[in-house]
Amino acid sequence: MTANENPTDLHGRVATALQDDFLRKAVRFTADRLRSGKARTTEALGHWEDWRERGRLVRAHTVENLDYYLDQFTRNVEAAGNHVHFAETAHEAAEIAVSIARAKKARLVVKSKSMVSEEVHINARFGEHNIECLETDLGEWIVQLARETPSHIIIPAIHKNRHQVQALFEAEGGTKLGPETATLAAHARRRLREKFAQADIGMTGCNFGIAETGSVVLFTNEGNGRMCTTLPDTHIVMMGMERLLPSWDDLELMANLLPRSATGQKLTTYVNILTGARRPGEADGARELHIIVLDNHRSEQLGDPEFQAILHCIRCGACLNVCPVYRQIGGHAYGSVYSGPIGAVLTPLLNRDPRAAELADASSLCGACYEACPVKIPLHDMLVHLRRRNVESGRTKSLERASFGLYGKVFSSSTWYRFVTAIGRVFQRLVLGGGLKRRWLATRLPVVKGWAKNRALPAAPSQTFRQLWAKQGGDKPPKD
Amino acid sequence: MKVSLFVTCLVDQLFPQVGLSTASLLRRLGCDVEAPKGQVCCGQPAFNSGYVPQARDVARSLVGTFEDAEYVVSPSGSCCGMVRHFYPGLFASEPATLSSAQRFVGKAFELSEFIVRVLRVTDVGAVFPHRVTYHPSCHGSRLLGVRDEPMTLLRAVRGVEFAPLLRAEDCCGFGGTFSVKMSETSCAMVDEKVDHVVETNAQYLVGTDMGCLMNIAGRLQVRGVNVKPIHLAEVLDQGAAAERKEAAG
Repeated sequence: MTANENPTDLHGRVATALQDDFLRKAVRFTADRLRSGKARTTEALGHWEDWRERGRLVRAHTVENLDYYLDQFTRNVEAAGNHVHFAETAHEAAEIAVSIARAKKARLVVKSKSMVSEEVHINARFGEHNIECLETDLGEWIVQLARETPSHIIIPAIHKNRHQVQALFEAEGGTKLGPETATLAAHARRRLREKFAQADIGMTGCNFGIAETGSVVLFTNEGNGRMCTTLPDTHIVMMGMERLLPSWDDLELMANLLPRSATGQKLTTYVNILTGARRPGEADGARELHIIVLDNHRSEQLGDPEFQAILHCIRCGACLNVCPVYRQIGGHAYGSVYSGPIGAVLTPLLNRDPRAAELADASSLCGACYEACPVKIPLHDMLVHLRRRNVESGRTKSLERASFGLYGKVFSSSTWYRFVTAIGRVFQRLVLGGGLKRRWLATRLPVVKGWAKNRALPAAPSQTFRQLWAKQGGDKPPKD
Repeated sequence: MKVSLFVTCLVDQLFPQVGLSTASLLRRLGCDVEAPKGQVCCGQPAFNSGYVPQARDVARSLVGTFEDAEYVVSPSGSCCGMVRHFYPGLFASEPATLSSAQRFVGKAFELSEFIVRVLRVTDVGAVFPHRVTYHPSCHGSRLLGVRDEPMTLLRAVRGVEFAPLLRAEDCCGFGGTFSVKMSETSCAMVDEKVDHVVETNAQYLVGTDMGCLMNIAGRLQVRGVNVKPIHLAEVLDQGAAAERKEAAG
């Protein structure tokens, strides 16, 4: 995962996004639909706060005992004759996948939606070895044809309309198509079916790995996941190391939390549970199963009281759908595979690129993400901790450091505070102006201009509360 | 009952009327109100920007001011949220201050929360014959869990015609330093908020945090929208003052 898929910095990407009215409208439309869907199904289920707390407890327990459950999962997968590979880095994970594909002399890999495979840039790595890696999730395929990256964890092509999709499909297929959704879907179905039949390898992510049986669980809606896991001879699963559940009982809980939080569905159209590859006497399924378990800085979060809970995430995307910042700027502005509040926290933790660090600023700390999270990850607190790390590692600007140094001195003493704010108030009245009378300097002075460009300055009244309070008699009770 | 007012620096400097209304309202509800002179700020601007030692210096001074109070009441869910949600962690490494901080945390209340949960009053006897809408501030509702109290008080006000705000729970885009660091994003957020405020045809936008109201007010003014932002304390107090006048007349 890199932060430089889009070459500009955060502010550049945000500026681009804010000018894209179509994108912003599409993001709002989809986010609202998902958000109201979630509200409806969680209300119908009832006791949602209790469900969330149970979800938190299960995820916390699993992550606290991750070594145990990873070991159990691995033993169970291997006992059934399948393979588990551990990858410390994103590079290593891609290497393992490529070497499996090369050993099979594979030319075509069909892939079902997987954020981890995006994280390791698997498509590009296969491409380097002349192996075609085709996205088969409709949204992912659209994004792949457009040579873009997903802009939402579960709705990757949230930012494309059907006319853009039509143009992409016509260019790919070399045939004229109409803009009707049914025509476009039929085209995708036909083209993708051809590919499923030709593919040497099917690649998927993994929503949950169940430790007690070594099973891989996939929640999907389009059926392409099932094609990927049954038609090609080899199935490669790529999963983050934290993506485990101890038992099938825990899966029952997550099956209630994940689809409701993600799409507002009671359950996704398909739930695939795969326990090993095809066994003797079975009619279908891959003949060989490889599970690549990726670390990529995840294990560094273990034992960290501030960030361990980020590993509780079940990748539902509910935090994106309620985030007022994501709502305005969409996913690409985050410049990373993971966007929205989860991306703003996860990206800097998984990626040492200093440009990823500034993502912690992309939040108003409103806490809507925490409130929406089905496993109660305190993302808003984590963003504050990340900002502290940025300060501690000297990443913030010198003007900002100096300002907060001064703030610490002045605002910890009521004497200094009264003295300095008295000067500040005169300065505002004479130099900056108040209300709509924003003077020349107000729109040019650092910090102040950030406010004054778009908003009226609050006019400083002639007297402070302290002064008025003293004048009215202060702490003495008023006489009637 | 003795109440120490935690006015907040923003109200002290820019919105003194909110502090005065808070005090007047609490006195009318039978509280003995003081405003300790040593208070300054909760430290949130530095804390939320990652400057923890600076935030701790500011917070330590506030703890010293309020640790011996009986009740501390603030017309800000955000500043009160800073105290309740973050002070225990902020002083975890400073045992000398931690116990004082915890005493402060245990008696710090947001205004509407204090009136409804501690004073157990839901009707303060106010009159405010206007069409109003209400923006729930994120920190008050999400950090403090003060969700119903402001509306409980507002609904009891005589004459209020209430117009619900679409997606009221969405952040207004203030976020302290966020509003200047990510100015354009913040502006897009407040624009959406203002759009919904306009849709209500309200005369007043009621809130419980001057940070949010200052942000929305700044944008309302630039867009020339004639809706007046007003703190809940002012609604609850001004209305009551009007009623007193009526009774006297």
